[in-house]
Amino acid sequence: MNLTATLLIQSVVFLYFVWFCAKYIWPPLRTAMRERQTAIASGLAAAEEADKRLAQAKSGAEAELAKAKEEAAAILEQARQRAAQMVESAKNEAREEGERLKEAARSEIQQEINRAKESLRGQVAVLAVRGAEKVLGESVDATKHAQILNRLAAEL
Amino acid sequence: MASENPTTQEYLQHHLTNLTYGQHPDGSWGFAHSAAEAQAMGFWSVNVDSMFWAIVTGLIFVWMFSSAAKKATAGVPGGLQNFVEMIIDFIDDTTQSIFHHKNDLIAPLALTIFVWVFLMNLMDLVPVDWIPMLATSLGISHMKVVATTDPNITMSMALSVFVLIIYYSIKCKGIGGFLKELYGHPFPVVFLYPINFVLELVTLIAKPLSLGLRLFGNMYAGEMIFILIALMFSVHAFGFGEVLMVAGGGLMQFVWAAFHVIVITLQAFVFAVLTIVYLAQAHEAEAH
Repeated sequence: MNLTATLLIQSVVFLYFVWFCAKYIWPPLRTAMRERQTAIASGLAAAEEADKRLAQAKSGAEAELAKAKEEAAAILEQARQRAAQMVESAKNEAREEGERLKEAARSEIQQEINRAKESLRGQVAVLAVRGAEKVLGESVDATKHAQILNRLAAEL
Repeated sequence: MASENPTTQEYLQHHLTNLTYGQHPDGSWGFAHSAAEAQAMGFWSVNVDSMFWAIVTGLIFVWMFSSAAKKATAGVPGGLQNFVEMIIDFIDDTTQSIFHHKNDLIAPLALTIFVWVFLMNLMDLVPVDWIPMLATSLGISHMKVVATTDPNITMSMALSVFVLIIYYSIKCKGIGGFLKELYGHPFPVVFLYPINFVLELVTLIAKPLSLGLRLFGNMYAGEMIFILIALMFSVHAFGFGEVLMVAGGGLMQFVWAAFHVIVITLQAFVFAVLTIVYLAQAHEAEAH
């Protein structure tokens, strides 16, 4: 238990181990730990930021969706109105067209009647002359009685 | 062991004697075969067993921590790295709470002291006879496995710390500041300077002594209790009573070992913390 040169050797060994630890053990481990600490801290901060952004995006999307729905409803309403208008105007047009066609048909019929009347008038005149000839037993001079015949035709 | 059935005296002597290498009084070099022979070798001898176990445990520390340091990444740490980082973090916290100056040596110094002293102390938990008996069978006469029960080991670390204390005191305050601290406190009156000097010198010298002798005393006493329990329950025959004795001895050793776990950890921690405290004082310009 006496103090010996062990003291000196152990001191050298001790200082060597301390030097080794200070040079090769402590700095790399401490650096790695600090780096991990900052990495974890920034990771957590990023996660929080992302959460916040997600919430923002969600509320934004909801607003957007509501707006889109409103617009869609408006467009639908417009389309419905426009359809009703179109049906209405189509109906009117059809009615007008019908009126017009009816009018045209009516005037054509009138013309046909008039034409028929004209031709009938001529034929009635001939028949009247012929009937008169039979009654009178002689021919009626058309030129002589043209005045009477015309008056007759006009009466018919 | 000296003989087949050693006496209590022989057993104790054997367990408390280092394996010492040095020059015999007759001029030849060799191992001492007894405490008296080791004594006769004087200062220039070496406790081979203490140095061996100190270096082995030191290498275990260096190997374990440097293999973790080599693979250290900021990514996900593995098992060993986790364990090592836990200790590093613990020492770093302790250092930062005590030491408030810029010095990159203090924390690694505390780490080395804490882990190395702990490992040397840990050898105390190996049953007292295993390694000495193995050594005896290999022809080695003495083998003390707990390096910290050798005052040479503890005092050399304490004196190394003492050298660092004086180095940093002079570096931070200058040689004048350092000397002024020795005679200027605690009474700043000129005619009391000699008294101050004596007081402060005692304080200064108490630092390495308290460091080294506390560790040595605790470990030596702990080791002694292991040896005494072993002695108390030793048997030299075989029978029912002897079996009971051995079982009782085993139980006692276990109980003391369980308690001693606290002691070895605490002593390692105290050595490291006091080192930090003393070096912090050395850095402080306005010491009390």
